[in-house]
Amino acid sequence: MQRLTNIFWLMGKELKSVLGDPVMVILIMWSFVVAVMLEASGAGDTVYNAAIAVLDEDSSALTRQLTDALGPPWFQPPVLVTPDQVALRMDAGEIMFVLSFPPGFEADVIAGLMPAAQLEVDATAVSQAQLGTDYITNILTTETRAFLSGSPDAPEAALRLELRRAFNPNGNPVWFKAVSSLLNQLSLLTIALTGAAMLREREQGTIEHLMVMPLTPFEIAVSKVLANVVVVLAAFTLSLLFVVQQVLQVPVAGSVPLLLAGTAVYLAAAAAIGMFLGTMARSMAQFALLVIMVIIPIIMLSGGMGAIESQPDLVQRMTMALPSRHFLAFAKAVVFRGAGPGAVWIELSLMAGLGLSFFAASLFLFRRSMSVSG
Amino acid sequence: MNATGTPELMAARLTGVKHRYGKVQALKGVTLDLPVGKMVGLIGPDGVGKSTLMGLIAGAKRLQWGDVETLGGDMASARHRADVGQRIAFMPQGLGRNLYHDLSLQENLDFFGKLFGLGKAERAAQISRLTRATGLAPFMDRPAGKLSGGMKQKLGLCASLIHDPDFLLLDEPTTGVDPLSRRQFWDLIDAIRADRPEMSVLVSTAYMEEAARFGHLVAMDAGTILATGSPAELMERTETGTVEAAYVALLGGKSGAAPEPAYTAPAKDADAGPPAIRARNLTKRFGDFTAVDSVSFEIARGEIFGFLGSNGCGKTTTMKMLTGLTPATEGEAWIFGKPVDAQNLDARRRVGFMSQSFSLYGELTVRENLVLHARLFHLGAELTAERMGELVPRFGLEPYLDQGAASLPLGVRQRLSLAVAVIHAPDILILDEPTSGVDPQARDAFWDMLLELAHRDGVTIFISTHFMDEGMRCDRISLMHAGKVLVSDAPKALIAGRGVETLEDAFIAYMIDAQPPEAPADEGLLAVDAGKAHSTSSSRFSLQRLLAFTTREAMQVRRDPVRLVFSFVGSALLLLIMSFGISQEVRNIPFAAFDLDQSPESRAYLSGFEESVWFSQRPAISDNEELNRRMASGELALAIQIPPDFGRSVRRGETAEVSALIDGSDTNRAGTVESYVAGAHANVLSSDALSNLALRTLATPRAPDAAPPAQLIPRFHYNPAMESLPAIGPSIPPLLLLLFPAILMAVSVAREKEIGTITNFYVTPTNRVEFLIGKQLVYIGITLLNFVILTALVVTVLGVPLKGDPVALVLGALLYAVAATGYGLVVSMLTKTQVTAVFAAAILSVMPTLQFSGMITPVSSLEGAARIMGTFWPTTWYMGISVGTFTKGLGLSELSGHLLRLAAFGPVLTLLAVLALRKQET
Repeated sequence: MQRLTNIFWLMGKELKSVLGDPVMVILIMWSFVVAVMLEASGAGDTVYNAAIAVLDEDSSALTRQLTDALGPPWFQPPVLVTPDQVALRMDAGEIMFVLSFPPGFEADVIAGLMPAAQLEVDATAVSQAQLGTDYITNILTTETRAFLSGSPDAPEAALRLELRRAFNPNGNPVWFKAVSSLLNQLSLLTIALTGAAMLREREQGTIEHLMVMPLTPFEIAVSKVLANVVVVLAAFTLSLLFVVQQVLQVPVAGSVPLLLAGTAVYLAAAAAIGMFLGTMARSMAQFALLVIMVIIPIIMLSGGMGAIESQPDLVQRMTMALPSRHFLAFAKAVVFRGAGPGAVWIELSLMAGLGLSFFAASLFLFRRSMSVSG
Repeated sequence: MNATGTPELMAARLTGVKHRYGKVQALKGVTLDLPVGKMVGLIGPDGVGKSTLMGLIAGAKRLQWGDVETLGGDMASARHRADVGQRIAFMPQGLGRNLYHDLSLQENLDFFGKLFGLGKAERAAQISRLTRATGLAPFMDRPAGKLSGGMKQKLGLCASLIHDPDFLLLDEPTTGVDPLSRRQFWDLIDAIRADRPEMSVLVSTAYMEEAARFGHLVAMDAGTILATGSPAELMERTETGTVEAAYVALLGGKSGAAPEPAYTAPAKDADAGPPAIRARNLTKRFGDFTAVDSVSFEIARGEIFGFLGSNGCGKTTTMKMLTGLTPATEGEAWIFGKPVDAQNLDARRRVGFMSQSFSLYGELTVRENLVLHARLFHLGAELTAERMGELVPRFGLEPYLDQGAASLPLGVRQRLSLAVAVIHAPDILILDEPTSGVDPQARDAFWDMLLELAHRDGVTIFISTHFMDEGMRCDRISLMHAGKVLVSDAPKALIAGRGVETLEDAFIAYMIDAQPPEAPADEGLLAVDAGKAHSTSSSRFSLQRLLAFTTREAMQVRRDPVRLVFSFVGSALLLLIMSFGISQEVRNIPFAAFDLDQSPESRAYLSGFEESVWFSQRPAISDNEELNRRMASGELALAIQIPPDFGRSVRRGETAEVSALIDGSDTNRAGTVESYVAGAHANVLSSDALSNLALRTLATPRAPDAAPPAQLIPRFHYNPAMESLPAIGPSIPPLLLLLFPAILMAVSVAREKEIGTITNFYVTPTNRVEFLIGKQLVYIGITLLNFVILTALVVTVLGVPLKGDPVALVLGALLYAVAATGYGLVVSMLTKTQVTAVFAAAILSVMPTLQFSGMITPVSSLEGAARIMGTFWPTTWYMGISVGTFTKGLGLSELSGHLLRLAAFGPVLTLLAVLALRKQET
């Protein structure tokens, strides 16, 4: 009971210090409004808005029709280039694909000679290169057929494949980007805020003040974790309701309370990581470097910037230790697939388990740092 | 020496000078003339505007209102400040605040010598002369941080005198220094003045007893000048006997006679039981340094016991051991007869502790601070209200209840700290230098409270101080020096025991007994060669000064290898994890069949997926409910549904339809899966791949013209094998080479601002370019070193060959290093503290670097604000160079566009930082 009141009063103090610092408040606003919107609407699908050029040495009705068929959302309106520009502009990274039609292309198509168009692909981005090539092949086939027969449909194949996307039927990339961006903001902010709160208390000497009171390190640590979870969760909730659902128009298929509950679990785990780094670092500079070392894998290896299954086994095992990986799996399930608690309990318990381990580790470090500080 | 060639009559003239910090008016219209060739003392407690006044005269602070003329020129003019910087020396407040604690004495002095344009031989001569004169010569290789307070101040003085200034400004040079060193310091100043009588000296001090030494006094209070004149004049004017009394009288306060304490006799209790505090042989070592050396004492209940000693003599550490904040290396301590136990929460309720630095929560109000502490001591709502009702009037806090603690005047803050320390009515109060920086009147009031607490309420008080007059008010004191207790007794007994006049004299006598003084300073050496004029190079830009900052920064970085190791090992580790971890190929796509047909044909079709390396098969699905459930759980990324009459349709040659349901939640993955499914489907149909007879019929197209009318022949450039590593490997270093250097650079400048060494930039002839670029060079070097490490790893461990021109890559890295550190400099200009520097550097750069620089999504595919951010972010261009040279095999000419654009970032960012940097403190 006394422990609870201690935590309650300490939390109140933490909340006042976070919200009393205008820099922090601006930072939170920036992360959950501006950064989420920028990330979600800025970067697109794997092949989305790709830069393409056409080298048209035929200049026929067919090649013009084909050129017009390349366009949004996958490609930018194609630019016409001359042969000497091709290598130059690809080297500069301005153009990913160059489609060249040889002279007499249209005539050969009409004559049924099956002429070949060349596609130069910048393969430094592997998956964009592969997918884009597939798309262009499709466009080429359907458009030439349409040109010949007046109908874009291929002659009836014996076996048809119907491709359907579940949960995001139109493949709108903003949906997924919005969720993965929220994860990035949650992680960076919670880790940085909690760790800095810890470090600041140590640097300013107020921690000694707390340690001569009848308080345990556990109470001090828990109140910091909880206070930061409350602040970030509130910001997250507002961002979800207004920025993600209203402005970005991302529908939430599952239950919003479940999403918030899972987010709270994740935030506690992230705060525990922040706490851990904050107790480990001896100075602000060290803390910053540690945060960067942790946040880069969190952003890049949790599934938001590349599927988990494609990671090598060793890396997959390492990323199991990232609560963010489980949070993204959880958030995807609830937001898009409408999963209920029964489907996501594994992710929830993994997050909770990891959070508890980090918390225990930081508590151990904290106790030790208190006894060696002088 | 001024423009007209006539000697100046005044060292400084101030007219109507006002200065404010936010809402606080630090100076309220000061008009003052400081005569040349005199030693002027500026007296008054902390916070009355002494430091502000000195900073303005020295040109360290920006003038807000009024006129300041120093050495015959207007300090508002940057030109005059640059000229006069060579002739002024300013030693800021705080022990060794402008010194570099990780550098040795020799290195510190060498650095200051370079800043003032002294040549190598000249520096060596000056350093040897000054260190011999101050007795520091034997310690040339000791880091400044490991010097005692007195030695630090002597080093600070050497650094100030290295260029033979005409005007020496010393801001509280003796605060917190032990009495013996203090006496030596003043003797040294006297010797210097005897040697160079034309030099003007302005000294501030909070020790009133020192003021009697100065020929001319300026008494200050609350931003105004109370009076000026010699000590004798001031005492005569106020009809008092001491400077302190004169000062109090000038304040309009009580007469100088020490007030009779309200409660004199300690409330001794015959059956008091064990002493309140007992310590036996307490020892604390940090590494090979003994902070507290076998300290023993006993404090009776209701007694005021004082620890008297200089900063760093072990007072604070002893107190921390008693509160359990730090464990003793050896020895024991008891509180009320029970051993000190850090885990014993009940014992903590009997002790109130007030630590040296103000450690309340500045963002909370007075009321909130009191309530918070009351509740944390479990006083309950009623008792809290009762204690507040009692303490608030007693400590005079009523007018401030709803003010933020950070904005309170110092004296009020100390009262609040004391109120907080006693809110739970403890039996013992441990107060660590509670009165430093409090004016004499407030100190008297504070002591009245302490006496009342001890002698009326029976609270045991253990207090530390470096003020002798406070020592006199204790029942008993211990004199502490260098970790040892020299002697403990009632103050009067100590004085009587040595047969001297004052406690200070007694202290010095005991110190000399304990430790014979260091080799006496050879003051004759202070003589300046008659012909030697101080260096007059007042050139606007000096490469020597710039490089002085570079060498110094490099030495400091070398002394703190942890940071370097963090950034080198950290970035190497990240490079490896990221390169192997981020694969753009999607493999092992978990899929399950939902085969409603179960015919040989359907199984043959599905085998095309089962055999593919891209898909990994999971148990088959039996009904729609299961399909939905397993897709929703995320277990499956793909389900292939085969309709019931599939086999029959195929056998009959009718059109059959298969449907593939793809998890679309991750749009990136869904796109890839879609294309793989289409590919696998086509593969099943292509007659070559078809092994199963059952599907033969499918392979034969019914229409003869089913073949596409035109073909597409793709050529994959740069990475024909479509491997992930050559694509990812070279794109990771650009992330790391921005984030790490930017943070290191920003923290490096913010740190100078925070700990105060930036004063050396303010008050020396150093210009902004020399300061910033001098420091930046070091971090550019570190970035390049990191670049070499990362490039070697990419080539050897990741096995990605460097196909293009190495010159282009190295040139790119150099330009990028300038840009990254330039960004760090800009960030450091926007922030005052290391915390905000770190936050701004990290949070603002992570997103553009990771998301908008073409690492995953090519910049050419970005839209709107993201595209603009990507274009104006240096990583984008260096990414192009890194990927271009490694993967595309490009050379200088192909990359010239990228290099040119990248080249613009560094100079522009650095220039912005230079423009934003103020040569003066605001």
